[in-house]
Amino acid sequence: NPYAGLVSHLRAAWLSGKTRPMEYRVAQLEALGRFLDEKKQEILEATALDLGKPSFEAYFTEILLCKNELNDTLNNLSHWMKDEHVCKNLATQLDSAFIRKDPYGVVLIIAPWNYPIHLFLVPLIGAIAAGNCVIIKPSEIAKNTEKLVAETLTCYLDSDCFAVVTAGVPETTKLLENKFDYIFFTGSPSVGRIVMTAAAKHLTPVTLELGGKNPCYVSDNCDVHNVARRVAWGRFFNAGQTCVAPDYVLCSLEMQEKLMPALREAITEFYGSNPKESPDFGRIIGDKQFRRIRALLCSGRVAIGGQTDEKERYIAPTVLADVQPSDPAMQEEIFGPILPIVVVANMDEAIDFINARPRPLVLYAFSCDSKVVNQVLERTSSGGFCGNDTLMHMMLTSLPFGGIGNSGLGMYHGKFTFNTFTHHRGCLHRSMGLEAINAPRYPPYSQQKLGVLTTATEIKRRGMCTLL
Amino acid sequence: MPGRAGSQGAEQEASGFVALSQRLRKGRGCLRPPTPTATPSRAPQGHLCCSPRFGSCALQPNLCEAAIPHVTHPRRCLGTMETGSVLPQPSSTSGVGNSTEDDGSGRKGSVDGDAVSGNPYAGLVSCLRAAWLSGKTRPMEYRVAQLEALGRFLDEKKQDILEATALDLGKPPFEAEFSEVLLCKNELHETLNNLAHWMKDEHVERNLVTRLDSAFIRKDPYGVVLIIAPWNYPVILLLGPLIGAIAAGNCVIVKPSEMTKNTEKLMAEALPSYLDKDCFAVVTAGVPETTKLLENKFDYIFFTGSPSVGRIVMTAAAKHLTPVTLELGGKNPCYVSDNCDVHNVARRVAWGRFFNAGQTCVAPDYVLCSLEMQEKLLPALREAITEFYGPNPQESPDFGRMVGDRHFQRVQALLRSGNVAIGGQTDADTRYVAPTVLVDVQPSDPVMQEEIFGPILPFVTVANVEEAIDFINNRERPLVTYAFSSNDKVVNQVLERTSSGGFCGNDTLMHVMLTSLPFGGIGNSGLGMYHGKFTFDTFTHHRGCLHRGMGREALNAPRYPPYSQQKLGMVRAVSELKRKGACTLL
Repeated sequence: NPYAGLVSHLRAAWLSGKTRPMEYRVAQLEALGRFLDEKKQEILEATALDLGKPSFEAYFTEILLCKNELNDTLNNLSHWMKDEHVCKNLATQLDSAFIRKDPYGVVLIIAPWNYPIHLFLVPLIGAIAAGNCVIIKPSEIAKNTEKLVAETLTCYLDSDCFAVVTAGVPETTKLLENKFDYIFFTGSPSVGRIVMTAAAKHLTPVTLELGGKNPCYVSDNCDVHNVARRVAWGRFFNAGQTCVAPDYVLCSLEMQEKLMPALREAITEFYGSNPKESPDFGRIIGDKQFRRIRALLCSGRVAIGGQTDEKERYIAPTVLADVQPSDPAMQEEIFGPILPIVVVANMDEAIDFINARPRPLVLYAFSCDSKVVNQVLERTSSGGFCGNDTLMHMMLTSLPFGGIGNSGLGMYHGKFTFNTFTHHRGCLHRSMGLEAINAPRYPPYSQQKLGVLTTATEIKRRGMCTLL
Repeated sequence: MPGRAGSQGAEQEASGFVALSQRLRKGRGCLRPPTPTATPSRAPQGHLCCSPRFGSCALQPNLCEAAIPHVTHPRRCLGTMETGSVLPQPSSTSGVGNSTEDDGSGRKGSVDGDAVSGNPYAGLVSCLRAAWLSGKTRPMEYRVAQLEALGRFLDEKKQDILEATALDLGKPPFEAEFSEVLLCKNELHETLNNLAHWMKDEHVERNLVTRLDSAFIRKDPYGVVLIIAPWNYPVILLLGPLIGAIAAGNCVIVKPSEMTKNTEKLMAEALPSYLDKDCFAVVTAGVPETTKLLENKFDYIFFTGSPSVGRIVMTAAAKHLTPVTLELGGKNPCYVSDNCDVHNVARRVAWGRFFNAGQTCVAPDYVLCSLEMQEKLLPALREAITEFYGPNPQESPDFGRMVGDRHFQRVQALLRSGNVAIGGQTDADTRYVAPTVLVDVQPSDPVMQEEIFGPILPFVTVANVEEAIDFINNRERPLVTYAFSSNDKVVNQVLERTSSGGFCGNDTLMHVMLTSLPFGGIGNSGLGMYHGKFTFDTFTHHRGCLHRGMGREALNAPRYPPYSQQKLGMVRAVSELKRKGACTLL
C-alpha cells in the first residue's frame, strides 16, 4: 500500500507521546492561525478560481469562522483537557475516579470542495487540540485550493505528525485500506457508505458529515420580505453549494403567491438585475456538476431566473414554482442555486412530507407563531434545526453540528470537535491497601456478604414526586 | 399472552426446517399481534421459511442450531455470508472526495428507506417505526413508566434470572444477583433519578448577532434501535443498553444471545409482557436470522460481542449509515510492579479473572510482571484460589462453568501454553475448567493469540515497566488496562503511556461498577461508550437548534449582498470570537 509508510511514520510519532503535551498542541494551533493570517490572500484567490467564490463569502466562511473555532479552542483547551472527576459510590469513596481525555492516535480527515478550507481546518483544529496525528486529504475537485493546502500548510505544522495527502478516487480507496484510529469524512451519503464500510474492517470510529435535502417550511403567518431575504441568502450563498442550504420550500399556495414577488425583489436587491454580472454570486465547481444541476431546471415551472452559461458554469439564482414531489429537483440534494417550491395544504402535511423522506441535515421553519416553529421541531427529526432564519445555527461554536440518518453521524464544532477526536477513558485508581473493604465481594459467597456489597454499591431511587 | 406461543423446547429435536419456522414464529410471538395496517407485510412470515434462500439455511441444522450460533465467535458463518459485501465495490467509489454526488439511494424506501422487500423482519421494523413516528415514546411519563416496568421485571423475575443463568453458565447466585440484577437496578435508578434533568434542552452561549434568540441542544431520540446482546452477562448486557434506549425515547428491538438458551427464553417470554409491545420487541435469532435482521435500516445499533462479528455489524450498518456502538472484547493486560502488597494483588486479580469462570470482557487476561514478582505471586494466588473456592473448586458452588461445548474445547486447548502452575483440571461433561495459572508463557503461545474468556491466567515476564508498556503498545488496544503498584507514579505512567478503553489501578473490574464512568473500548476493543448518563447520550441525537425572531431584520442587513468592506467589518464585529490573553493558557 502506497500510504502504509506514511501511516506508520505518523503512528510512531504518536506513540512517542510527542503530541500529548498541551504546549505542543497550542503551538500547532497557533501555527494554523498564522497560516490563516499569512495565506489569507492566497485562500481568497484559490477559492475564487475554484468556485468563483465572492471574497466576502470566502473571508467570512473560510477564514473568520475558522478563526472563531481556533480561538474558541485555544481559549478553552486547558479546561477541556483536564481530567473530569466523577461521583463515586461507597465502595470507591477513598479512590480516584476520573475521565481521562486521551487522543485516539492517527486520524484521517477527508474534506469536500464546497468550503475547501473551512471543512478541513475545523476538524483539523479539534484533532490537533485532542492530541492526535493527522492525515488531511483535501478535495481534488477544488484544484487550486488543494494545491495551496498541499504546498503551504505543511510548512506551518510539524511534519512528523501532520501530513497532507492529495489523492483522487483510486488513491483515496488505497488510503482507506490503512488502519486509522478515527476517520472524519465530509461528503455525500454514497461515499459516506464506502468510507464507513472501509472503516468497519479496522473497527475505526467515524464521523460522517453528509448532505441532505433540507426542507424549509414557511407558514402563512410570516413577514414575507424577511423570509424571502433570509431564504434567498441561505440558498444562493456560495451559489447554492452549501450542505446546510435550504433545499426546497414547503408552503401553501397563497404563501407561494406572496413569496414569489418578495423573492424576486430580494434577488434583485442582492445581485442586481443581471446576477451574472454581480461580483457577489459564485459559480458551479465543475462541468459535471453544472450539467447535473442544469438538468434539474426542467422541474415545475421557472418563476425566477433559469438562465445558464456553460462556459462560465453560471446558473442564475432560480426559483421553481409548482414543483411535484416526483420531479427531478426533488429526487436529490440540489447543491446549486435553485429553489423549488412544493405546495402543501398546511403544517401537518408539511410535517408528513418531511417525515416521509430521509432525515435532513437541518430543518428550517418560518413562522411568527412560535408554536408553529416548535411543532415542526418536535414532530420531526433532523441533524440541526433553525427557526426563522437559514445557515445561522452553524455559526455558533456552542451548538453541535452534524447529521442523522442519511445526513450523517457524529457531531462537531467548538468543544464537540475536541470531544469527537478524544477517547473518554474511564479511569479508577484504587489504593493498594484497605483490603477489608473488598472482603464482601470475594468467595466463598454468603447472603451476609451480598448484603454488605449491596449497601456499598447500591444506587437508590429518589422520591417519585420529584420526577413526575 | 401471545409471547408464549410456539416456544416449547420441542424445537431442539425438530428438523432444521421445522426448528427455523418455529423460531420465526416464536420471534413473532414475542411481538404484539399484527395491527391491521401492518398485516400485508407481516402476515406471510410463515411462508418466508419456504423461500429458497431461507430454506437452504434451514436445511443445514448444524448451521442454524448447534455449531455456529455463538454470538461472540461466529466468524465462519457470518463471515462467509458477508465477506463479499465487506469490500467497497470499485465501481461505486466514483465519488470519493466529491461532496454532492448522492446516488439518492436513501430515498427509495418508504419512510427513511427502511423497507427491505422480502425480509422477515421488515414488517416488525416498520411497525416500530410507525410507533416511533407517532411520537408515543417522547413524553417523559411514557419513558418513566416503561423503565419502572423494567424494574418490576427485575424484581418479579429475579428468581427466574438466577435460575436461567445458573442453567446456562453455572453462574453462582451471588454473582448473578450482583452483576445481573443489582448493577442493572443501579443503572435503572440512576436513569430514573436523573432523566428529567438529562432530557432538558441545554441552552448554550450565543454571539452578538444571536443574543436575542434562543440557542439550545434538543435531546432527540434516534428512532428505532437494535440491541444485540452477548451470552456472558445475558441480562445486564441486554437491559443496560435497553434502559438508555428507552430513557432517550426510542423504539427498540432487543436480540438476546441464542447461546444462553434459558435466559433467551426467559427474555423472549417474560420481558414483552412488561413493556409496550407497540414499541419494544424481543427477537430470538441465530446467525442466519441475525444476518437478515441486520439488513433492515435501524437508526442506531448497539452491539456487544466479538471484534470479528463487530466488523460484520458495522459493515451492515454502513449500508444504511447507521451509527453504532460496538462493545467488544480484548486481551486486557495486568501489569504488576515489584512494589506491591502481593496478597492483595493476588486476591484482586484472582477475583477479576475467575468471576463468572473468566467469561468477563473486562477480566484481566494476562499478567505482566518481573520474574521475582511471579515467584512471589504464585503462592499468593494459590492461597487466594483456595480461600475462594476450597481445595477442589469443582465442588465449590461459587465457581461457574463454560457456556457451551465448543467454547469449553477452545478454552481447554489454551491450557497447552507454557506450564500449568496452578489448576489445569477440566471436565468436559460439566464444562468445568479449574481456576488455572500458567507460567513461562511466550508471547507466541496460543493463549496469547486470542482473548481467553475462561478461567486461565497466563504470566508473561517482563524486565520492567518500560518493557511492559512496550508489550502493551505493540498489541491491539484492550478494553481495559490494569496496573498494580504501591507507587502512584508507576500506575500513572502506565495510564499515560498506553491507550485502552478504560483503566483501573490497583484493582480489577471495579471501574465498571461506577455508573459515572464511561465504559467502552477503543480500536479492537470497540467504539462508543455507555453506562449511566453516557447510555442516555448514546441513544440521543444532540440536535443543535437556533430559534430566531421573525423581525429585527436590520441586524441581518450586513450579511446580505451586495457585499462591501463596511458590511464585512460589521459581520466580523458581531460574530467574531476573540482569543483571550495567552498568559492564562500557558
